[in-house]
Amino acid sequence: MKALKKIAWELWLPIVLVVLWLVLSAGSKTFYFPPLGRIMDKFVHVWFFDGILKDLTPSLGRILLGFILAVAVGVAGGTMLGLLRRTEEALRPVLEFLRSTPGVALLPIATLFLGVGQEMKVFMIALACTWPILLNTIDGVRSVEPVLLQVARSYRLTLWERIRFIYIPNASPQIFAGGRLSLAIAAVVMVVTEMIGSPGGVGYFVLNAQRNFDILSMWTGIIMLGLLGYLLNLAFRLAENRILRWHLIKNA
Amino acid sequence: MTDPITMHKTSAPQPPPEILLSVRNVGKNYGPMAVLGDISVDVRAGEFMCIVGPSGAGKTTLLQCLSGLLAPTSGSVSLRGVEVSEPPAEMAIVFQDYSRSLMPWLSVLDNVSLPLRSTKLPKADIKKKAAAALEEVGLTGHLDKYPWQLSGGMQQRVAIARALAFEPAIVLMDEPFASVDAQTRSDLEDLTLKVKQHLGITIVLVTHDIDEAVYLSDRVLVLGGRPTQVVDLIETHLGDDRDQISTKSTPQFAELRAKVYQEIRTQTAPAQT
Repeated sequence: MKALKKIAWELWLPIVLVVLWLVLSAGSKTFYFPPLGRIMDKFVHVWFFDGILKDLTPSLGRILLGFILAVAVGVAGGTMLGLLRRTEEALRPVLEFLRSTPGVALLPIATLFLGVGQEMKVFMIALACTWPILLNTIDGVRSVEPVLLQVARSYRLTLWERIRFIYIPNASPQIFAGGRLSLAIAAVVMVVTEMIGSPGGVGYFVLNAQRNFDILSMWTGIIMLGLLGYLLNLAFRLAENRILRWHLIKNA
Repeated sequence: MTDPITMHKTSAPQPPPEILLSVRNVGKNYGPMAVLGDISVDVRAGEFMCIVGPSGAGKTTLLQCLSGLLAPTSGSVSLRGVEVSEPPAEMAIVFQDYSRSLMPWLSVLDNVSLPLRSTKLPKADIKKKAAAALEEVGLTGHLDKYPWQLSGGMQQRVAIARALAFEPAIVLMDEPFASVDAQTRSDLEDLTLKVKQHLGITIVLVTHDIDEAVYLSDRVLVLGGRPTQVVDLIETHLGDDRDQISTKSTPQFAELRAKVYQEIRTQTAPAQT
């Protein structure tokens, strides 16, 4: 009952908005803003299941691959830099500079070196996603309670045990916060690289539909992107609830 | 039932008692300020020694030097004749602040198991040892909880179990009962005495509480002065069978308490005016 109430509370506004859109757009004669009813018909037609196989799957694959690479590099690099204080201090300005450079600004050069295919897209996603995870991991590793480090020393834990049982768990709430930000960035970079790069993917689909004046299809692509982002975030939240259970209950 | 954490040590009282931890002329400076003067003391195997002194006397600093967490500026500490430079394998430490010395992301059982990983035993054996240590401190029903879901006294029991599971020869405790309420404190004192007798370990405990020091100790090390020196080393002769009420109401206890109190007060008086 309580769960049901919670879901109802989360869903009422989206439902109201969709219904409003349906009603208000029903008689629309504007070329650019077709009635939602027609978009929905087209959505089913385009995406189930040809579109999902042809365009959604590659997009999803890119996001996941890029994101996983970013987590691996961000957590490993962040842990290392978090432990090597001096090195990190020396690298900090460079890191801050790179982080502040919008990821997609490197698109032109990335296309020169990696072309317009899969490698470039995954690289761009991974690159843009790495920064929030890396910097948050550094901070999380740094913020370990000094008493715990004394405990680690007094029980002669090895470096690996300290990393595995103290530094990374301590940083995990911040790693997740960075990861959530990265996931949103991943979706943006995915769309942009697909619009620039070779055919395939939802981003390419949207641009291509627009160029062919297939406005209905374009709208279905945009809705698909929204759904994709929403579902990714949901999956991320579920993973977070599992892995950070201790943190969430403790601070509830 | 075999108790896997029982120590295999024969504690036959022999004329010259075996020296476990030897402290020789230890001094510690923080910058230009000398905190510890010139401290020498021998901790006997199997004894319970409490270190008392006025606040700011550097009791914790001394304990950290004993443990190898802190390098003394001068002098040396040795465990069974081997100089201590890092916390040795035979030593476990219980820190004052239980809420910060336990890993909040690990269950009670995992917290206690963590130091045992280095034994390279199979996982099941490690869990068994950890569970036995938790049983020793009376926490059998709470293995899967997180430490912060327990009361303060119970959390400190987890920290004590973690120290015991490791089967150390000596346990150092830094004001372990300072942040629990009075009732819990007495319970933890008795628990510590029981565990020490049961396992035959040596305990060095830092406290600012004179009653606690006298009640627990075989010998009380009184510190004082600036920089800190050994003021006295008092044998309590209170025996093995102690009780919060009857032991504390003996004339012997009152006498010891008064003596320690006097010594500490004499030491602090000049600094206060």
